[in-house]
Amino acid sequence: MSINKREGTMSSYITGFVLSIILTLSSYLVVTQNLIPKEMVIAVVIFLALLQFVVQAIFFLHLDKETGPRWNLIVFLSTLSIVILVVIGSIWIMTHLNYNVMPQEDVGNYIKYDEGIAK
Amino acid sequence: MEEQKKDNSVMLGFWIYLMTDLLMFAVLFAVYAVLRNNTYGGITIREIFNPPFVLVETLILLTSSFVCGLAMMAAHVQDKKKTVIYLITTISLGLIFVGMELYEFSRLISEGNDWTKSAFLSSFFTLTGTHGLHILIGCIWITILLIHIAKRGLTPSTTRKITLAGLFWHFLDIVWIFIFTIVYLMGGGA
Repeated sequence: MSINKREGTMSSYITGFVLSIILTLSSYLVVTQNLIPKEMVIAVVIFLALLQFVVQAIFFLHLDKETGPRWNLIVFLSTLSIVILVVIGSIWIMTHLNYNVMPQEDVGNYIKYDEGIAK
Repeated sequence: MEEQKKDNSVMLGFWIYLMTDLLMFAVLFAVYAVLRNNTYGGITIREIFNPPFVLVETLILLTSSFVCGLAMMAAHVQDKKKTVIYLITTISLGLIFVGMELYEFSRLISEGNDWTKSAFLSSFFTLTGTHGLHILIGCIWITILLIHIAKRGLTPSTTRKITLAGLFWHFLDIVWIFIFTIVYLMGGGA
């Protein structure tokens, strides 16, 4: 990867900046105004955050401009796989641990409550 | 050619550092995700979340990331004056961001909600505080770069350092997108 290519161009920075502002404002509005059904809010804001991440990776970090062996991308993707394992794994294990260390007669109620089945 | 080769290896090394930093943030995010509901009857993220305040913080950091990119470009075309102006703007916006974060922290602490009160508050302060500390270190780093520029001008070595500082700054903005979304928007509003 050439350090020169890292600088990008004026138009790529402006595109990235404008897109990021639009994405930030839309996720903000989705949460503060009741624009869409409540159940969908979390999925939508996560989607908007991932989209903004991709926008900044391309227009600010220029990850797509790498030529030759794409070491930066490879290191990034392997790190990302560890990140996903750590984050999803922790949440998964700790939720189960919560159920498994509580008095067994309560477990059913808690699961119902967590899954939104209970009133 | 020799300089180019050096650029490439320095860049890869710095990128690997950024990825280890990303791992650290991932662990802090995981801790926050696990502990977010363990409030011990105290304050929750809903009460901490002040939507307009956090939005302004986010926009300030985003703008500083953009200006930092302009500084990288100006340094590349050897425009010393513009580079300095953009870098100073970047630091100023970064310091405003840190100031706003410290204001939020001090208000929480003065109301008795410090990091010892619940597992949730510990993880909240650790995650946002670590990010804020990174921004502060970035400001110090860029200040040192400004001294370099004043003393030596835009040599290949200074230009390379500006590019690395710029990458660091963009990286911190990306981490903040996820703090903004996961901690504030998902916890406080959704």
